[in-house]
Amino acid sequence: MADRKTPAGEYLAHRLLALGTGTKRVQKTTHWTLAQDADDIAWLVLDRAEESTNTLSEEVMAELETLLEKIDALKPKALVIRSAKPGGFIAGADIRDFSGVTETAAVEARMTRAHEIVDRLEALPMPTVAVIHGHCLGGGLELALACKIRIAIEGAMFGFPEVLLGLHPGLGGTVRLPELIDPIEAMKMMLTGKSAHAGKAKKLGLVDAVVEERHVDNAVRTLLGRKFGRRRGGGALRGMQPLRGIAARKMRSTTAKRAPEEHYPAPHRLIDLWERHGGRKKALRQKEEIRSFASLLTGETAQNLIHVFFLREALKAKGKGDSGIAHVHVIGAGTMGGDIAAWCAARGLRVTLTDLNETALAAANRRAGDLFDKRLHSDMDRRDAFDRLIMDFSGDGARQADLVIEAVAEKADIKRKVFKAVAPLMKKKAILATNTSSIPLDALCAAVPFPERLIGLHFFNPVARMELVEIVSHDKASRNARERLAAFCGSIDRLPAPVKSSPGFLVNRVLTPYLSEAFVMLDEGVRKETIDQAAESFGMPMGPIELADRVGLDICLEVARTLKAGLDTPQPDVPEWLEKMVAEGRTGRKAGQGLYAYDDKGRPKKSQKRLAPHPAMTDRLILPMLNTCVTCLREGVVADEKTLEGAMIFATGFAPFRGGPLHYARARGFAEIIAVLERLQEKYGDRFAPDPHWMKLPVS
Amino acid sequence: MDLAVQCGRPLLARQPFSPDSFDKVILGCVNVIADEMNPARVAALRLGMGDAMPAFTVQINCGSGMQSIDTAFRTIQSGKANLILAGGAEALSHAPLVWPQEGAAWFGRFAFAKTWFEKLAALRAFKMRMLQPVIGLERGLTDPVTQLNMGQTAEKIGHIFNISREAADAYALESHQRLSKAQKNGALSGEVVPAVSRDGELYDHDDGVRPDTSIERLARLRPAFERPYGRVTPGNSSQITDGASWVVLASEAAVKKHKLTPLARIVDSEWSALDPSIMGLGPTLCSTALLQRHELTRGDIHLWELNEAFAAQVLACLAAWEDADYCREVLGLDKPFGRIERNRLNVDGGAISLGHPVGTSGNRIVLHLMNAMRKRGQKRGVATECIGGGLGGAMLVEVV
Repeated sequence: MADRKTPAGEYLAHRLLALGTGTKRVQKTTHWTLAQDADDIAWLVLDRAEESTNTLSEEVMAELETLLEKIDALKPKALVIRSAKPGGFIAGADIRDFSGVTETAAVEARMTRAHEIVDRLEALPMPTVAVIHGHCLGGGLELALACKIRIAIEGAMFGFPEVLLGLHPGLGGTVRLPELIDPIEAMKMMLTGKSAHAGKAKKLGLVDAVVEERHVDNAVRTLLGRKFGRRRGGGALRGMQPLRGIAARKMRSTTAKRAPEEHYPAPHRLIDLWERHGGRKKALRQKEEIRSFASLLTGETAQNLIHVFFLREALKAKGKGDSGIAHVHVIGAGTMGGDIAAWCAARGLRVTLTDLNETALAAANRRAGDLFDKRLHSDMDRRDAFDRLIMDFSGDGARQADLVIEAVAEKADIKRKVFKAVAPLMKKKAILATNTSSIPLDALCAAVPFPERLIGLHFFNPVARMELVEIVSHDKASRNARERLAAFCGSIDRLPAPVKSSPGFLVNRVLTPYLSEAFVMLDEGVRKETIDQAAESFGMPMGPIELADRVGLDICLEVARTLKAGLDTPQPDVPEWLEKMVAEGRTGRKAGQGLYAYDDKGRPKKSQKRLAPHPAMTDRLILPMLNTCVTCLREGVVADEKTLEGAMIFATGFAPFRGGPLHYARARGFAEIIAVLERLQEKYGDRFAPDPHWMKLPVS
Repeated sequence: MDLAVQCGRPLLARQPFSPDSFDKVILGCVNVIADEMNPARVAALRLGMGDAMPAFTVQINCGSGMQSIDTAFRTIQSGKANLILAGGAEALSHAPLVWPQEGAAWFGRFAFAKTWFEKLAALRAFKMRMLQPVIGLERGLTDPVTQLNMGQTAEKIGHIFNISREAADAYALESHQRLSKAQKNGALSGEVVPAVSRDGELYDHDDGVRPDTSIERLARLRPAFERPYGRVTPGNSSQITDGASWVVLASEAAVKKHKLTPLARIVDSEWSALDPSIMGLGPTLCSTALLQRHELTRGDIHLWELNEAFAAQVLACLAAWEDADYCREVLGLDKPFGRIERNRLNVDGGAISLGHPVGTSGNRIVLHLMNAMRKRGQKRGVATECIGGGLGGAMLVEVV
């Protein structure tokens, strides 16, 4: 629980980390401290200056090299490496070093140097121990792999997330991991980027022991007395080129399904490395790793994904600070309300969820259980999450809540009624948020006596997967309330995007032309599977037809109407069949029936008989989105490009390897985009007319 | 414990103060399971009341839930606390199966045997009957001193006060009818909150109620405790169930500070004791003493909650209060206490229809007494219960 703290516990917390008891300092550099204890064990502790997390910058590596020289000279009985940051060991490379890198040769030279330093650590004659707590990722794990013994503290997480940045491990990981553990498991870790917790790492043979922090000293001394260096991988499949070939083929086909090679080359290069060079000498494999890594890093995909990484960081930064929100009251236990409530409870907040329909509450509890099963890893965590999620049959939770989120039906009069009822119950500083997806906030403000504390808080479906939350402001909204809501998003691991209240806000406004155009194509007789394929081939996570079903056709209809009524820019007519389907309750995935039919696992039944989409179809779907992005910038719906790009990626999954809609437009050239839009305008009408603001955007 | 948490959460959520504002948590619980020693503290933590929340569990059998209120009341009265959460919780469905003593002793010998020879010797001493589990619940409901099951004590006082099987069944029938009506007409709204299971099942009322039962059906049931001649049947006994109940107790200062609207004021309480084999008469002792202390008579009490352990036991209490000899010799009254009219007693049913989660019931009847009086515009009431082992507890409350 959020309030599970006492003065005694908090005061003593800082005494937990064991960084070598009774040690004498030998040398201190900017980021490292080298000390020696009475048993002649050297403790090398990383505490990166002026950063909250340890990463391996060039400076950190250079200092490490000097210290390794010193250690070589000192000849201690053993060397222990660990981190002084309470959050974790080492989170990997400093991504900032990767941004905007174009020179392959320079990268190769830099990585070769770094390899030499890690090789030097590996070659130390005395036993070396990495003691790992918290996150141990990428380069951090590669450093640990160069030690002879690894001790994990309970709760440690190990992983190679490079693939998510369009890369693969580059500091010897592709060489050392398959040597240490079962190579198939090693490849799985590197291909998926998924982390392994301490227990799993022990099972894989990645670590030698899992202990509690309080036993670190004893564990180090005990393990030093043992024979070490027993490696599980290595021999397996070495020199067995044909077997490796079979395994590689299988990996390739699995990977291609999740990350097509033309969009995401990194995992495919990783498989190449292993298949071609897996059986060869270490020095050569390191060289091949460096070469492959450097070419990926300077490639378009990695650079775009790194760009996206920083877009995320920028949004994350908006969510920093203390929200003062410990208790959330959610009104409406439908899909969105129920899922928002469950998510908040899973992330440690106290939640009351209310609905007039008692069975809806019970059903929300079941869905919450499914989420907790998937996302929380111990029975204790699951129990605590359930304890925090309170089914509130009388709506009393609003009295104590710091934040009330309304998630009832998308009708302004119903929302106003809910506001009128809940406003008098609320605490003086509590914020009232509405999860409306399109209703302008001005239309709702009059219903509450405190419009300054009424803000739009627009989550996307499914809540557990879509990281973005739009924070919808209006003229009367207070800055304090907006900032607290942004911090609230940060506290539940969601990314806040501040937007202005205008029809459809940002994300739905941009998505609507994409969906509407798909509807027009349907009316022209194009198969829905073909339309979806046209978008998927661009890299969208799902096509517009499937997306419309996912969002809910009722919501699509409501948004389309709001936009048509509230905007000056031309919008296609709302198709009659859409209104009919909504009236008949065929509202999409949630109803089991929409434009597609759905199986009981919620997967659309798609016909395999389809024509390949004409390449021009993709532009016809994607370009109106880009055009609307520019319109939103012009109208100030969103303050800056970074927020816009991040919002589109994290709310809709807009092809991340393209680096964002405008990043993509820029790469392709604004002039060409405008030219294509004009051609489309001629052929299909004014809804394609390029926005005048294109001309005002910086072209690079 | 899940029930205590599910029950406590909405109560805490509707308060104008945060859960960590309490000074203490007291919980009555009879059958504490091995996984949750001091369930009061477990509940306090799981309810998000903060790591710094003192909490303790009280146990006085069927009186535990009332004892928690009483202890809270006395603590506040003494000025040592302002805000206490007092409850009762019981999961009788979780009562353990217990190894017989003989089996446990054998296991100890076997486990500590060091050599193979000793182990073999221990193995030879093993007998199959050592594995025959004892139903913990059954042991718990048997008085260890008199070796009488609670149902047998009801048989005994039913016999003494001449309570017929028909009268007991008729009382039981009325309990079901009253509860059923109360569930329908909203008499329990705000008091009984729905519970939801992890897989999304909704439990919006106590499902032990049998609105469609009849005198004929009840008459067909066989005696439960003393076959074949006994009069106490499953139909006219309370139901063994799970349940939890919580009450917020506040000092005058806390009421002012948080602007609370009290349901009622606790005036006083009394606990009495008697022969364990006639424990069912406990309420007559403590209630009478409580009224005498406050110079009140039967007529001053507008509503009674007398826990329905057994129909025969409730009726025996009523009969005892009308029995001139009993009242004079045992209660020290010059004339009989008199008849408590049925329209003043257990007006919305009781443990026979709703269930008797033993540690919970005492808490629940105090809470329900207050709510029932408020709904009826009445002022003064007594909640009382018999307690296994030969005790009785009573609490006098006034609506403010």
